[in-house]
Amino acid sequence: MKIEVKKKLDVIFKGFLLLTATASILVTVGIVVALVEDTIRFFTHPEGGGFPTSLIRFFTETEWTPTFISKKIGIWPLLCGTFLIAGIAMAISIPLGILIAVYLSEFASHRVREAVKPWLDFLEAVPTVVYGYFALLGVTPLLQWIFAKFGIEMHGMNALSPGIVLGVMILPFTASLVEDAMKGVPQYLREASYSLGATKLRTAFQVVIPAAKSGIIAAYLLGTSRAIGETMVVAVAAGMYPNLTLNPLEPVQTITGYIVQVALGDLPFLSFEYLSIFAAGFLLFVLTLFFNLLAVYLKSRVERY
Amino acid sequence: MENLKLKVEKLNFYYGAFHALKDITMPIYERKVTAIIGPSGCGKSTLLRCFNRMHDLYPGTRYEGAILLYPEGINIVGQGVEPLYIRLRIGMVFQKPNPFPKSIFENVAYGLRIKGITNSTELKDRVEKALKDAALWEEVKDRLKENAYSLSGGQQQRLCIARAIAVEPEVLLFDEPTSALDPISTARIEDLIVELKSKITIVIVTHNMQQAARISDFTAFMYLGELIEFGPTEKIFTNPEKKLTEDYISGRFG
Repeated sequence: MKIEVKKKLDVIFKGFLLLTATASILVTVGIVVALVEDTIRFFTHPEGGGFPTSLIRFFTETEWTPTFISKKIGIWPLLCGTFLIAGIAMAISIPLGILIAVYLSEFASHRVREAVKPWLDFLEAVPTVVYGYFALLGVTPLLQWIFAKFGIEMHGMNALSPGIVLGVMILPFTASLVEDAMKGVPQYLREASYSLGATKLRTAFQVVIPAAKSGIIAAYLLGTSRAIGETMVVAVAAGMYPNLTLNPLEPVQTITGYIVQVALGDLPFLSFEYLSIFAAGFLLFVLTLFFNLLAVYLKSRVERY
Repeated sequence: MENLKLKVEKLNFYYGAFHALKDITMPIYERKVTAIIGPSGCGKSTLLRCFNRMHDLYPGTRYEGAILLYPEGINIVGQGVEPLYIRLRIGMVFQKPNPFPKSIFENVAYGLRIKGITNSTELKDRVEKALKDAALWEEVKDRLKENAYSLSGGQQQRLCIARAIAVEPEVLLFDEPTSALDPISTARIEDLIVELKSKITIVIVTHNMQQAARISDFTAFMYLGELIEFGPTEKIFTNPEKKLTEDYISGRFG
């Protein structure tokens, strides 16, 4: 082949590769455009009172009932449910994730680490709907039994059980990100600590974790983002009742749970009820984007050692 | 006559199957500066890191023989000797300044807290004393709460020295402490080492022969994992017994 032809092929192939790379960006842009478009339709819909009344109602009303005859469109019950469950998940995931990462990065021998990590990955491979039914049929009855001993009644649908299961579910993800952050701490900082007679425990908690701080926070922001966006577990086990409460024993509904519920029903295309899932979805998108960008920023911040 | 502080006896050290130190026998005298010199890969840092059992942090390392720590004469590399206990008595300063990402004060207080000192007045007094002994106090006394990384490289290395001497070790190991520093910072560290020997026994690994000649009382020359010659620094540099030592000193290889 002539060299000119080869060069031409090179250029064509480069263009093709660029196109595939751009495709993912285009899909993202498409999703955002679709979301924004229907969100605008929702806020200008006469049933919500039109713009800007609907937007004010969105942030001031305390009930979420767009599918009822008497329509209330306050987002707070869904936001509250979302953050309640994400909060419970992080309360489980943060301490356990740190402990697992400390063990894997500072204590475990190479052999143990290689044996344990596939099991963590295995947790990640379990389909989320399985976690959902595990929460509903395993964890909830167990919690109900425990709470009954103290004379406390717990609903079959509640925030606590999917919160705990979600915390365990994102554990492999957060633990391995935290471990990466800790592994990135230079060895000479550990040696400085050991040379002063420090134990492994002290070195891990006083030197390695503080030095890996930004990476660890980034890991948990990504974890939070996942917990907020997770759908199946909460759809199955949290209930379908938009509930403005911080009581983890009551049924709640998250943004994702609401989207599933409405999407499964048969609502007329472009009706107010139908559009409401886009408004809720857009808010979800903004939230997770915010957490992800914050995490990226923290990760990219250069640590000075 | 000098007092013995450490005595290395028929020390052999292995990284897995690699025989890194071969039958090393040498004394380290109390309140003197002993320099270990030799070309790259000769085992000088490996020997230094035996003194505080630093090799224990990594799997597959093995000691044979003895390093006796006086006055009691316990074998540092012996079975059942706790490395944590040894490291409280034998401190270390590393090649690259490695302060913790904490405040200047907390860096120096770190070892003191390990020793169990929690009284805040005592902590403050001992941090101040260590910083004064490390000739850093005047430069940092108004900024103790600032992050240690706000200091220059030379200041960071003096902070690491302050951190090491705060716990009042009996022996201080220096692993090429000035190789990452400019000449002015290097001179300050060298002065400091000479001052410190009134209280502490010092062992320093250096690839800088002029440095060894300037600050040490005794010099050990190592080559390929063996100790070739040990003696008073003046003798090693002016009238060595071995041909290999002379060749290295005069710059014929290395």
